[in-house]
Amino acid sequence: MLTISLTHYVVLSAILFSIGLFGVLSKKNAISVLICIELMLNAVNINLIAFSKYITPNEFIGQIFAIFVITVAAAEVGVGLAIIIAIYRNKLSVNLDEFDWLKW
Amino acid sequence: METSIYSVLAFYVLAAVILGSAILVVSMRNIVHSVLFLAICFIAMAGLFLILDAAYLAVIQVLVYAGAVCIMIIFGVMLIQRTDMKQSNLFNRQTFMAGGVVALTLAVSGFFAGTTAWADLAANTPVPEDSLGQIGQLLLSKYVIPFEVAALLLLVALVGAIVLAKEVKANVDD
Repeated sequence: MLTISLTHYVVLSAILFSIGLFGVLSKKNAISVLICIELMLNAVNINLIAFSKYITPNEFIGQIFAIFVITVAAAEVGVGLAIIIAIYRNKLSVNLDEFDWLKW
Repeated sequence: METSIYSVLAFYVLAAVILGSAILVVSMRNIVHSVLFLAICFIAMAGLFLILDAAYLAVIQVLVYAGAVCIMIIFGVMLIQRTDMKQSNLFNRQTFMAGGVVALTLAVSGFFAGTTAWADLAANTPVPEDSLGQIGQLLLSKYVIPFEVAALLLLVALVGAIVLAKEVKANVDD
Protein backbone atom coordinates (compact mmCIF):
# COMPACT_ATOMS: atom_id res chain seq x y z
CA MET A 1 0.00 0.00 0.00
CA LEU A 2 3.07 2.22 0.04
CA THR A 3 2.88 3.27 -3.59
CA ILE A 4 0.74 5.97 -5.16
CA SER A 5 -0.64 4.87 -8.50
CA LEU A 6 -3.02 6.42 -10.99
CA THR A 7 -5.95 4.71 -9.24
CA HIS A 8 -5.42 6.82 -6.10
CA TYR A 9 -5.69 10.04 -8.09
CA VAL A 10 -8.75 8.88 -10.03
CA VAL A 11 -10.56 7.86 -6.84
CA LEU A 12 -9.65 11.17 -5.13
CA SER A 13 -10.93 13.06 -8.12
CA ALA A 14 -14.16 11.02 -8.21
CA ILE A 15 -14.86 11.77 -4.53
CA LEU A 16 -14.12 15.49 -5.00
CA PHE A 17 -16.37 15.60 -8.09
CA SER A 18 -19.17 13.95 -6.10
CA ILE A 19 -18.86 16.49 -3.28
CA GLY A 20 -19.08 19.29 -5.84
CA LEU A 21 -22.06 17.67 -7.57
CA PHE A 22 -23.88 17.33 -4.24
CA GLY A 23 -23.33 21.03 -3.58
CA VAL A 24 -24.57 22.02 -7.04
CA LEU A 25 -27.75 19.98 -6.65
CA SER A 26 -28.59 20.85 -3.06
CA LYS A 27 -27.59 24.47 -2.40
CA LYS A 28 -30.00 27.40 -2.31
CA ASN A 29 -27.55 30.26 -2.85
CA ALA A 30 -26.57 30.90 -6.48
CA ILE A 31 -23.01 31.92 -5.54
CA SER A 32 -22.63 28.69 -3.61
CA VAL A 33 -23.56 26.75 -6.74
CA LEU A 34 -20.79 28.63 -8.62
CA ILE A 35 -18.31 27.64 -5.88
CA CYS A 36 -19.29 23.98 -6.17
CA ILE A 37 -18.89 24.11 -9.97
CA GLU A 38 -15.32 25.28 -9.31
CA LEU A 39 -14.78 22.22 -7.10
CA MET A 40 -15.98 19.95 -9.92
CA LEU A 41 -13.68 21.63 -12.46
CA ASN A 42 -10.75 21.16 -10.09
CA ALA A 43 -11.53 17.47 -9.72
CA VAL A 44 -11.31 17.20 -13.50
CA ASN A 45 -7.97 19.04 -13.43
CA ILE A 46 -6.52 16.50 -10.98
CA ASN A 47 -7.55 13.74 -13.37
CA LEU A 48 -6.03 15.47 -16.40
CA ILE A 49 -2.69 16.14 -14.72
CA ALA A 50 -2.47 12.63 -13.26
CA PHE A 51 -3.12 11.13 -16.71
CA SER A 52 -0.52 13.48 -18.14
CA LYS A 53 2.09 12.24 -15.68
CA TYR A 54 1.35 8.53 -15.77
CA ILE A 55 0.25 7.88 -19.37
CA THR A 56 1.74 10.54 -21.69
CA PRO A 57 4.60 12.09 -19.69
CA ASN A 58 6.46 13.46 -22.71
CA GLU A 59 3.60 15.12 -24.59
CA PHE A 60 2.06 17.40 -21.87
CA ILE A 61 -1.42 17.05 -23.38
CA GLY A 62 -3.09 16.80 -19.99
CA GLN A 63 -1.27 19.79 -18.56
CA ILE A 64 -2.12 21.98 -21.57
CA PHE A 65 -5.75 20.87 -21.34
CA ALA A 66 -5.75 21.79 -17.64
CA ILE A 67 -4.48 25.27 -18.50
CA PHE A 68 -7.44 25.74 -20.84
CA VAL A 69 -9.84 24.40 -18.18
CA ILE A 70 -8.50 26.99 -15.72
CA THR A 71 -8.95 29.76 -18.32
CA VAL A 72 -12.54 28.77 -19.04
CA ALA A 73 -13.29 28.46 -15.31
CA ALA A 74 -12.02 31.99 -14.67
CA ALA A 75 -14.18 33.37 -17.50
CA GLU A 76 -17.15 31.39 -16.20
CA VAL A 77 -16.84 32.82 -12.68
CA GLY A 78 -16.66 36.37 -14.06
CA VAL A 79 -19.72 36.06 -16.25
CA GLY A 80 -21.61 33.98 -13.67
CA LEU A 81 -21.11 36.57 -10.93
CA ALA A 82 -22.17 39.35 -13.31
CA ILE A 83 -25.36 37.45 -14.12
CA ILE A 84 -26.08 36.86 -10.42
CA ILE A 85 -25.54 40.58 -9.66
CA ALA A 86 -27.87 41.54 -12.53
CA ILE A 87 -30.54 39.12 -11.27
CA TYR A 88 -30.14 40.36 -7.70
CA ARG A 89 -30.77 43.91 -8.88
CA ASN A 90 -34.14 42.92 -10.35
CA LYS A 91 -35.28 40.30 -7.85
CA LEU A 92 -33.46 41.28 -4.58
CA SER A 93 -32.70 37.62 -3.96
CA VAL A 94 -30.05 35.04 -4.81
CA ASN A 95 -32.21 32.06 -3.88
CA LEU A 96 -32.28 29.75 -6.90
CA ASP A 97 -35.75 28.45 -5.99
CA GLU A 98 -37.17 31.91 -6.65
CA PHE A 99 -35.71 32.23 -10.16
CA ASP A 100 -38.80 31.02 -12.00
CA TRP A 101 -39.39 33.47 -14.86
CA LEU A 102 -39.26 30.70 -17.44
CA LYS A 103 -42.00 28.70 -15.73
CA TRP A 104 -45.64 29.24 -16.49
CA MET B 1 4.86 4.81 -9.45
CA GLU B 2 5.77 6.95 -6.46
CA THR B 3 7.68 4.84 -3.99
CA SER B 4 9.30 7.44 -1.74
CA ILE B 5 7.71 7.41 1.71
CA TYR B 6 7.57 11.21 1.76
CA SER B 7 5.59 11.53 -1.46
CA VAL B 8 3.17 8.83 -0.29
CA LEU B 9 2.71 10.65 3.01
CA ALA B 10 2.33 13.98 1.19
CA PHE B 11 -0.35 12.51 -1.08
CA TYR B 12 -2.44 11.22 1.81
CA VAL B 13 -2.12 14.43 3.83
CA LEU B 14 -3.01 16.61 0.84
CA ALA B 15 -5.89 14.34 -0.14
CA ALA B 16 -7.27 14.53 3.41
CA VAL B 17 -6.99 18.34 3.41
CA ILE B 18 -8.64 18.61 -0.02
CA LEU B 19 -11.56 16.33 0.81
CA GLY B 20 -12.07 17.73 4.32
CA SER B 21 -12.13 21.33 3.17
CA ALA B 22 -14.36 20.43 0.20
CA ILE B 23 -16.88 18.86 2.59
CA LEU B 24 -16.71 21.98 4.76
CA VAL B 25 -17.27 24.17 1.67
CA VAL B 26 -20.53 22.35 1.04
CA SER B 27 -21.70 22.06 4.64
CA MET B 28 -20.89 25.53 6.05
CA ARG B 29 -23.90 27.75 6.71
CA ASN B 30 -22.02 31.02 6.28
CA ILE B 31 -20.97 31.59 2.67
CA VAL B 32 -17.87 33.61 3.62
CA HIS B 33 -16.56 30.61 5.57
CA SER B 34 -17.32 28.44 2.55
CA VAL B 35 -15.12 30.63 0.35
CA LEU B 36 -12.33 30.52 2.96
CA PHE B 37 -12.32 26.71 2.91
CA LEU B 38 -12.47 26.84 -0.88
CA ALA B 39 -9.16 28.76 -0.84
CA ILE B 40 -7.62 26.13 1.47
CA CYS B 41 -8.83 23.40 -0.89
CA PHE B 42 -7.25 25.16 -3.89
CA ILE B 43 -3.90 25.63 -2.15
CA ALA B 44 -3.77 21.96 -1.11
CA MET B 45 -4.55 21.09 -4.71
CA ALA B 46 -1.54 23.15 -5.82
CA GLY B 47 0.57 20.94 -3.54
CA LEU B 48 -0.91 17.88 -5.22
CA PHE B 49 0.09 19.31 -8.61
CA LEU B 50 3.66 19.66 -7.31
CA ILE B 51 3.70 15.93 -6.46
CA LEU B 52 2.46 15.29 -10.01
CA ASP B 53 5.49 17.14 -11.51
CA ALA B 54 3.34 20.01 -12.78
CA ALA B 55 5.08 22.98 -11.15
CA TYR B 56 3.72 25.53 -13.63
CA LEU B 57 0.14 24.43 -13.00
CA ALA B 58 0.70 24.62 -9.25
CA VAL B 59 1.73 28.27 -9.61
CA ILE B 60 -1.22 28.98 -11.91
CA GLN B 61 -3.55 27.25 -9.44
CA VAL B 62 -2.44 29.52 -6.59
CA LEU B 63 -2.53 32.65 -8.76
CA VAL B 64 -5.81 32.13 -10.58
CA TYR B 65 -7.91 30.03 -8.22
CA ALA B 66 -6.69 30.85 -4.71
CA GLY B 67 -6.00 34.46 -5.71
CA ALA B 68 -8.32 35.75 -8.38
CA VAL B 69 -11.37 33.47 -8.25
CA CYS B 70 -11.72 33.45 -4.44
CA ILE B 71 -11.32 37.24 -4.20
CA MET B 72 -13.84 37.74 -7.00
CA ILE B 73 -16.37 35.48 -5.28
CA ILE B 74 -15.86 37.35 -1.99
CA PHE B 75 -16.49 40.62 -3.87
CA GLY B 76 -19.65 39.13 -5.35
CA VAL B 77 -20.86 38.04 -1.91
CA MET B 78 -20.18 41.45 -0.40
CA LEU B 79 -21.98 43.22 -3.25
CA ILE B 80 -25.03 40.99 -3.01
CA GLN B 81 -25.61 39.73 0.52
CA ARG B 82 -27.33 42.33 2.66
CA THR B 83 -29.25 40.07 5.02
CA ASP B 84 -27.86 38.02 7.90
CA MET B 85 -24.64 36.32 6.81
CA LYS B 86 -25.09 33.44 9.28
CA GLN B 87 -27.85 31.76 7.29
CA SER B 88 -26.57 32.63 3.83
CA ASN B 89 -25.72 29.16 2.56
CA LEU B 90 -28.56 26.74 3.24
CA PHE B 91 -29.69 23.49 1.65
CA ASN B 92 -32.81 23.35 -0.50
CA ARG B 93 -35.60 20.77 -0.51
CA GLN B 94 -33.90 18.39 -2.93
CA THR B 95 -31.09 17.41 -0.56
CA PHE B 96 -32.05 13.75 -0.18
CA MET B 97 -32.63 13.32 -3.91
CA ALA B 98 -29.25 14.98 -4.56
CA GLY B 99 -27.65 12.56 -2.11
CA GLY B 100 -29.07 9.63 -4.07
CA VAL B 101 -27.81 10.97 -7.41
CA VAL B 102 -24.38 11.63 -5.93
CA ALA B 103 -24.17 8.17 -4.34
CA LEU B 104 -25.00 6.65 -7.72
CA THR B 105 -22.36 8.78 -9.49
CA LEU B 106 -19.75 7.91 -6.88
CA ALA B 107 -20.56 4.19 -7.07
CA VAL B 108 -20.30 4.08 -10.87
CA SER B 109 -17.11 6.15 -11.09
CA GLY B 110 -15.53 4.29 -8.17
CA PHE B 111 -16.37 0.95 -9.78
CA PHE B 112 -14.73 1.92 -13.06
CA ALA B 113 -11.74 3.51 -11.31
CA GLY B 114 -11.23 0.28 -9.41
CA THR B 115 -11.70 -2.17 -12.29
CA THR B 116 -9.86 -0.39 -15.13
CA ALA B 117 -6.36 -1.84 -15.69
CA TRP B 118 -4.47 1.42 -15.25
CA ALA B 119 -1.14 -0.43 -14.99
CA ASP B 120 -1.40 -1.50 -18.66
CA LEU B 121 -1.75 2.11 -19.77
CA ALA B 122 1.12 3.49 -17.73
CA ALA B 123 4.11 4.71 -19.71
CA ASN B 124 6.61 4.24 -16.84
CA THR B 125 8.86 7.07 -18.01
CA PRO B 126 9.52 10.10 -15.83
CA VAL B 127 8.23 13.57 -16.70
CA PRO B 128 10.98 15.69 -18.32
CA GLU B 129 12.71 18.17 -16.03
CA ASP B 130 12.10 21.28 -18.15
CA SER B 131 8.32 20.95 -18.30
CA LEU B 132 7.61 24.71 -18.35
CA GLY B 133 9.80 25.33 -21.42
CA GLN B 134 8.19 22.48 -23.32
CA ILE B 135 4.68 23.62 -22.38
CA GLY B 136 5.51 27.11 -23.62
CA GLN B 137 6.82 25.82 -26.93
CA LEU B 138 3.80 23.56 -27.41
CA LEU B 139 1.36 26.37 -26.58
CA LEU B 140 2.86 28.65 -29.23
CA SER B 141 3.39 26.03 -31.93
CA LYS B 142 1.10 23.02 -31.96
CA TYR B 143 -1.67 24.50 -29.78
CA VAL B 144 -1.47 28.11 -30.96
CA ILE B 145 -5.05 28.25 -32.28
CA PRO B 146 -6.67 27.08 -29.00
CA PHE B 147 -4.34 29.51 -27.23
CA GLU B 148 -5.60 32.45 -29.29
CA VAL B 149 -9.21 31.31 -28.94
CA ALA B 150 -8.71 31.26 -25.16
CA ALA B 151 -7.47 34.85 -25.36
CA LEU B 152 -10.59 35.78 -27.34
CA LEU B 153 -12.76 33.97 -24.78
CA LEU B 154 -11.24 36.00 -21.96
CA LEU B 155 -11.87 39.24 -23.88
CA VAL B 156 -15.51 38.29 -24.53
CA ALA B 157 -15.97 37.30 -20.88
CA LEU B 158 -14.46 40.62 -19.76
CA VAL B 159 -16.77 42.69 -21.98
CA GLY B 160 -19.76 40.49 -21.19
CA ALA B 161 -19.25 40.75 -17.43
CA ILE B 162 -19.00 44.54 -17.63
CA VAL B 163 -22.14 44.82 -19.79
CA LEU B 164 -24.13 42.44 -17.57
CA ALA B 165 -23.14 44.00 -14.26
CA LYS B 166 -23.52 47.61 -15.42
CA GLU B 167 -26.37 49.64 -13.97
CA VAL B 168 -29.33 49.29 -16.31
CA LYS B 169 -31.24 52.44 -17.17
CA ALA B 170 -34.95 51.97 -16.58
CA ASN B 171 -35.94 54.37 -19.36
CA VAL B 172 -33.57 55.49 -22.09
CA ASP B 173 -35.57 58.61 -22.95
CA ASP B 174 -35.15 60.28 -19.54
